[in-house]
Amino acid sequence: MNWSVISMLLFIVLAPFAGGLLQGVDRKITARMQGRQGPPLLQPFYDLHKLFSKQSVVVNHLQDFLVCGFLVFIVFTGALFFWGGDLLLVFFALTLAEIFFIMSSCSANSPYSSMGAQRELMQAMAYEPMVLMVAIGFYMVTGSFGVSDIIGNSTPAIVWLPGIFAGFLYILTIKFRKSPFDLSTSHHAHQEMVRGLTTEISGNILGLVELSHWYENIFLLGVVALFLLDANWWSVPVAIAVCFGAYFLEILIDNVFPRVKWQSMLKSAWLVTLVAGVTNFMVLVLVK
Amino acid sequence: MKVSNSPWLLHYDGSSCNGCDIEVLACLTPVYDVERFGVINTGNPKHADIFLITGGINTQNKAVVEQIYSQMPSPKVVVAVGICACNGGIFKECYNILGGVDTVIPVDIYVPGCAARPQAIIDGVVKAVALLDEKKKKRDQKKAQGGSGNA
Amino acid sequence: MTIISFLILFPFIAALILAFMRKGTPVRKYTLFACCALIVAGAVYFVVNSLSDGHTMSFLTETHTLDTVILIAEWGLAALVCYYSFRYRKYYCAALSLVQTGLITWLELGGHAEVLPAAHIFSDNLTIVMCLIIGIVGCLICVYAMGYMKDYKEHHTEFKDRRSFFFAMLFVFLGAMFGLVFSNNLTWIYFFWEITSICSFLLIGYNQTEEAIKNSFKALWMNLLGGLGFAIAIVYCMLELHVADLQSLVALASQPGSAAIVSIILLAFAGLTKSAQLPFSGWLLGAMVAPTPTSALLHSATMVKAGVYLLLRLSPALCGNLAGLMVTTIGGFTFFATSLLAISQSDAKKVLAYSTVSNLGLITACAGVGMYEAVWAGILLMIFHAVSKSLMFLSVGATENSLGSRNIEDMHGLIVKLPRLAYVMIIGIAGMFLAPFGMLISKWAALRAFVDSNSILLVVFLIFGSATTLFYWTKWLGTLVAVHHNSEPIKNITKKSEWFSLICHSVIMVALCVSFPLISVSLIEPFLEGMFHVTMPPIIGTGNVIIMIMMMCLIAILPIAARFLTLGKKNQVVMSYMGGANTGDDRSFTDSFGKPKRLYLANWYMTELFGEKKLLNVSLILSAAALVILTVMAIGGAV
Repeated sequence: MNWSVISMLLFIVLAPFAGGLLQGVDRKITARMQGRQGPPLLQPFYDLHKLFSKQSVVVNHLQDFLVCGFLVFIVFTGALFFWGGDLLLVFFALTLAEIFFIMSSCSANSPYSSMGAQRELMQAMAYEPMVLMVAIGFYMVTGSFGVSDIIGNSTPAIVWLPGIFAGFLYILTIKFRKSPFDLSTSHHAHQEMVRGLTTEISGNILGLVELSHWYENIFLLGVVALFLLDANWWSVPVAIAVCFGAYFLEILIDNVFPRVKWQSMLKSAWLVTLVAGVTNFMVLVLVK
Repeated sequence: MKVSNSPWLLHYDGSSCNGCDIEVLACLTPVYDVERFGVINTGNPKHADIFLITGGINTQNKAVVEQIYSQMPSPKVVVAVGICACNGGIFKECYNILGGVDTVIPVDIYVPGCAARPQAIIDGVVKAVALLDEKKKKRDQKKAQGGSGNA
Repeated sequence: MTIISFLILFPFIAALILAFMRKGTPVRKYTLFACCALIVAGAVYFVVNSLSDGHTMSFLTETHTLDTVILIAEWGLAALVCYYSFRYRKYYCAALSLVQTGLITWLELGGHAEVLPAAHIFSDNLTIVMCLIIGIVGCLICVYAMGYMKDYKEHHTEFKDRRSFFFAMLFVFLGAMFGLVFSNNLTWIYFFWEITSICSFLLIGYNQTEEAIKNSFKALWMNLLGGLGFAIAIVYCMLELHVADLQSLVALASQPGSAAIVSIILLAFAGLTKSAQLPFSGWLLGAMVAPTPTSALLHSATMVKAGVYLLLRLSPALCGNLAGLMVTTIGGFTFFATSLLAISQSDAKKVLAYSTVSNLGLITACAGVGMYEAVWAGILLMIFHAVSKSLMFLSVGATENSLGSRNIEDMHGLIVKLPRLAYVMIIGIAGMFLAPFGMLISKWAALRAFVDSNSILLVVFLIFGSATTLFYWTKWLGTLVAVHHNSEPIKNITKKSEWFSLICHSVIMVALCVSFPLISVSLIEPFLEGMFHVTMPPIIGTGNVIIMIMMMCLIAILPIAARFLTLGKKNQVVMSYMGGANTGDDRSFTDSFGKPKRLYLANWYMTELFGEKKLLNVSLILSAAALVILTVMAIGGAV
């Protein structure tokens, strides 16, 4: 057994716990920012346990099948990433997972979940260029898409990729479903379209969706860490600290900004990709 | 871990004067902060465990209440908040009012008051939460018996 | 040699037989099937034969008689164009045709140039790939057309029944395509090139309505313009460079600073018009007035593939020069702009048309980069695109016959209404853009090649184009899988021949996804080594291939995983949530007057951002400007 297999297994086993804890922290911090006491730290796990013990209510039988596809491919994405696989393939697998989720909402054929699905699709269109840009940035710096090659570099990639890192933080708000970009569904209960994407998903199926989100969040923080990691051992604590910093930043943004219209989200996300991502890329082409 | 650790509720306004609704929302504010108990106001019957209704039932919302109740996955608990939801209250004699919530669906917890105080509402919710555990236990027992019967 | 002449000539003979066959007899049906079977058998025999005997071969250096025959046939084509042009008063088409045929005749008969003798017929691995695409996909479309046209005639009684002509034209098309890919001599390629132009003109105008005629002439003049570029390129080659065949021309032009670049630019221009790149995308979009098999043929196996085939052949000469810049800019921009435009379309065939233009843009860009990784991606894209696009067109056609509409909105809930067609369509869509299916692997390689070539603009086009592609395909996918309660399957009137074709396509699609590493190793990599004279490292590592196969397996075992993950719980089916006012069937809700109100769920088209009105003219102008400026710069730089 080598390190890549161990870290992959660790991800598969530990990510749900880490993801749940992070969400607990998030709820606690959010509550404190609003002057409330907030739920217990383990609240997300109580929620998940409850969801799994509830009756299973669906709109049709295709729905739960597609949600399982979402979970399986999110886990696959993260496992591939932590195994040290090809970053582009990782992102393609992530897209596939996302499409399973959108399809499950579309299959419900209900007004709220359909609207949520269309918005989710819009969000995917908004962040996709930046996600690909991240992979391209790493390739430019290290000459490889392989995650294991990227972390074997002598300097952290962020030295070369400050613009792309900033752009990625911007779209991270969309991926974490935080305000101002929580258009399709929010991780909070308050929501303008009932619950958007997950309106028709309930009970243990909703539990699977929650679980997938935890996996996804840990994977996304892994991408943040990838910007900081290099061959030196002390880059690991630095990367973990930056991950926490990024997560705190997202919580802060969540509590400071109101939700925007989809037009603003699409235009601003693409603009950030162009300004921060592409400019960074151009500089790399000139320098490297 | 118990189901009661994570009560998600759905708040439905029947034909209330909005007094009780304001009090229900007051429970979410920093002063009372029901999220301490893991309570989330979901606004979606498919995610909810507790169906919290203010105001009485009239001819128009009867079908709506029934439908929402039928869409909630069990175990589920119904809480009637305010005197109108309990028995029709001040509007009881109106031409369009059928009465309290229990005229259309089974109510588990009654929270009286006009308007019901936040403390009373929270008390009602806590009682409802205890009931959730009981219902869950009953359901599991029934399932176990059904299972052995088949075997 | 015999097999090559069989492949080129037999479709023409089959066309003749079908043209004079009596209408509506089973004899015609079985003749058509037999012809298709013979062509497929021929193509497969040729492929097996050339794979076992070594990969490249060339024939026929001395062909005076044949050249004369071709010249006469070319005048026949010109006469045909003139006849139609005068009949419908589109004189510019006649002028274009006469000028180019005149040029070629002057060249052939005047004896102006001393040309080095070279093989007229040439075959290598790219020919084999094209041969398989044309033979198998093309013939499956012909088989499909038999059943489809019967229903089409019943649905559209207002059009004259010209099915014999239609089937004949399909086979002429296949013959011309075989001729085109086997020819090495430029005049020969040009001749078959012209046949495909005129064939597509006749097929698009099949219905003879005003719109059909207008669009067919649009296709004609655009392709003739490309043909004119081709003819001038031939003249330049013969007079200035003294070469008459494609292989030597590319070899000559690959040397830096060669004057041969002028003819390369002209040929690339011809390739751009034929593969419907902006600003010439109009003809392919107009082509959808014709019956669906025509669109399927034009979009997948033939016609547009001729354009990208030529560009891929030219690609070593396009590496790192202004001509390459011209091709990549147009290709990349087309990929991006047309995938934006596709978002605003609800007509399934129009979405498919835009997506074809878009994908061809990507292939064009790959060819223009001129590096072996890019060409590798381009060839794979071409293969996968041919199969999945053909599958998409055929399934949309079959759906249209059963459903009475080809609007994507009407396909809402198709998985319940026409389940089998919906599954086939889902395979097609997955093949178009989803990991781990074909197109995405190629996109992966293309992206890497673009980054390696440091072309910032291309990378930007690719990342944004990919995002918009994701949007319009997933939207369609979501519409298909929506499940209406209490909805019943409707009558599926798809004929057996159509099913045969659809299922073959699906099987080929899945087989391609599984076997693409094999195709890459046995066909494409040897070809590229010959083309670029390098030993290339494997483009996709074994690890990544395994990962993709794992993804395929995951999809395959998903039903079992789903059973496991849902804890075997029995689901209770309830109505969807509509604020408690659902009337019970998920189709309507109780409004404030207590009356049921119908509910209609539409997709997002965002016409105010991505509409044709807003974007089409802008992109046409931009691309035309880029084309003119870059062409002038490239020619000016070379002369």
